[in-house]
Amino acid sequence: MARQELKPVEIANGVHWVGALDPDLRMFDLILKTANGTSYNAYVVHGGEGVAVIDTVKEEFSEIYFSKLEQITSYERIKAVILNHLEPDHAGAVPELMRRAPHAHIFVSTRGLKLLQALLKDELENYQYTLTDTGDVCSLGERTLSFINTPYLHWPDTQCTYLEDEKLLFSGDVFGCHFCDDRLYNDLVGDFRFSFEYYFKHIMRPFKRWVLEAMDKIEPLQPRLIAPAHGPILRDNPLEYVKSYRTLSNSYLTKKIDAREKSLLIFYMSAYGATADMAKHIHAGASEIEGVRVSLYDLQGGEIEPFIDLIEGADGLLFGSPTINGDAVKPVWDVLASLISIETRGKLGGAFGSYGWSGEAVRMIEDRLRGLKMRVPERGLRMKFHPTEDELEECHAYGLALAEALAGKAKPKELDFADLQM
Amino acid sequence: MAKGKLTFQDIGVSVSVPAGTRVIEISEKVGAGIIYGCREGDCGTCLMTVVEGAEHLSEPTALEDRVLKENMAGKNMRCACQAQVADEGEIVIKPA
Ligand SMILES: Cc1cc2nc3c(=O)[nH]c(=O)nc-3n(C[C@H](O)[C@H](O)[C@H](O)COP(=O)(O)O)c2cc1C
Ligand code: FES
Ligand SMILES: [Fe+2]
Ligand SMILES: [Fe+2]
Repeated sequence: MARQELKPVEIANGVHWVGALDPDLRMFDLILKTANGTSYNAYVVHGGEGVAVIDTVKEEFSEIYFSKLEQITSYERIKAVILNHLEPDHAGAVPELMRRAPHAHIFVSTRGLKLLQALLKDELENYQYTLTDTGDVCSLGERTLSFINTPYLHWPDTQCTYLEDEKLLFSGDVFGCHFCDDRLYNDLVGDFRFSFEYYFKHIMRPFKRWVLEAMDKIEPLQPRLIAPAHGPILRDNPLEYVKSYRTLSNSYLTKKIDAREKSLLIFYMSAYGATADMAKHIHAGASEIEGVRVSLYDLQGGEIEPFIDLIEGADGLLFGSPTINGDAVKPVWDVLASLISIETRGKLGGAFGSYGWSGEAVRMIEDRLRGLKMRVPERGLRMKFHPTEDELEECHAYGLALAEALAGKAKPKELDFADLQM
Repeated sequence: MAKGKLTFQDIGVSVSVPAGTRVIEISEKVGAGIIYGCREGDCGTCLMTVVEGAEHLSEPTALEDRVLKENMAGKNMRCACQAQVADEGEIVIKPA
């Protein structure tokens, strides 16, 4: 249950929640469902020399936000506007807030400046701002807020803000979830365990590497209270959630393959068996290289969800598709369109396939792999109808070359620009 | 035509290329580890480290200078979508 209370809530000594509840939201950022709605949490910290406002709300909730703000302070008292994240769900009321408190000093991460410019456009020149990095502070007299730069959790700009005297971490989207409950605190609201993990898996998962770096910075603080920008305020056992972020940043597959081994996955589809034969010979070639664990999957027999976990942990991905009506087949695109929730950058990629006369599929897949920031070291194989014995040998050699590249055993190469022109 | 030699240290591939060629035109074809986002000098995704021969790359334009600064790039770093091979020297690069 979530009633929109129109009163600010004091969550710590001289710290108020001035956020808004959005119980009716059912889809967030086009990528995740919100069966329980969400909240946009914003906060005010009171100090001897004025107050700091931390984040705002989605624009349509501005009125609620300003009304709460006005109940506990005046615009004149606002000394600092701290922007932990410039996504519109938190920065929606920033332009209006700055019009009302133009003297306030904005604190935003260095990577956030461009986004701030994009948000405020020409108005930015009317305001003062400071670009923050880890360790920088904002003083309110006897109270100090310090910044922790946590890039890519989940935008380039994201940062956390720490109130030292209360050991209170304003974490932005980090440790947040879409769960709407007016009881506000994690020990009072409904069961939001699923929402917490679901949020991580859709918002933070592509940035696991950065999550682990951020946890290295957050753990030593040992916060007593975590106030995220969505969902419950974590006062009961806050460190549990920090630990959770570490766990969730590990592989979802229970048993790891030997860490020294590289994993190469080969996915294919085949109507008449030609692309399937290519796949099998590529598999055989790749399997000759020690230290590379090669797996072969026919997409006709697979579901996407488990493949994503597998792909996340893999080092190399090959996709085989015949050309059908000038395109690769849909199951291949379905897999390639489902990788938004994981990191693919830097993985090795390749494509192959049989065709009849035009053979567009392979080059289209290769372009997609490059678009996913994968590296494509070998030109993919296209073969007309059923491959000949010689062509199957080529498949074998292709598999071998890719596995060598994966294992770091590729021999140095000298090429001429002309060799690369297609 | 003047040809420079561009070596991608991470994958051990060297390519001789005509002056004026952008690094991006080569690195994607050989499958080097440098990655791209906007491809037009705006985002800094393509930062690379120049291990040797920085003087054989074109001077950064104002556009590249800005994106390098915004991304707090070290002084031996360049944007692979912007930097061009300038002359016949040898250049060694790797992902940032
Ligand atoms: C979850 C999420 C991830 C995003 N990732 C990127 C990104 O990788 N690169 C980018 O340029 N913009 C990214 N954006 C920014 C959006 O493209 C931007 O907010 C845009 O204005 C949204 O347009 P819309 O109002 O039509 O939805 C992302 C936005 C969200 C919500
Ligand atoms: S790819 Fe964006 S700056 Fe080069
Ligand atoms: Fe966000
Ligand atoms: Fe958010």
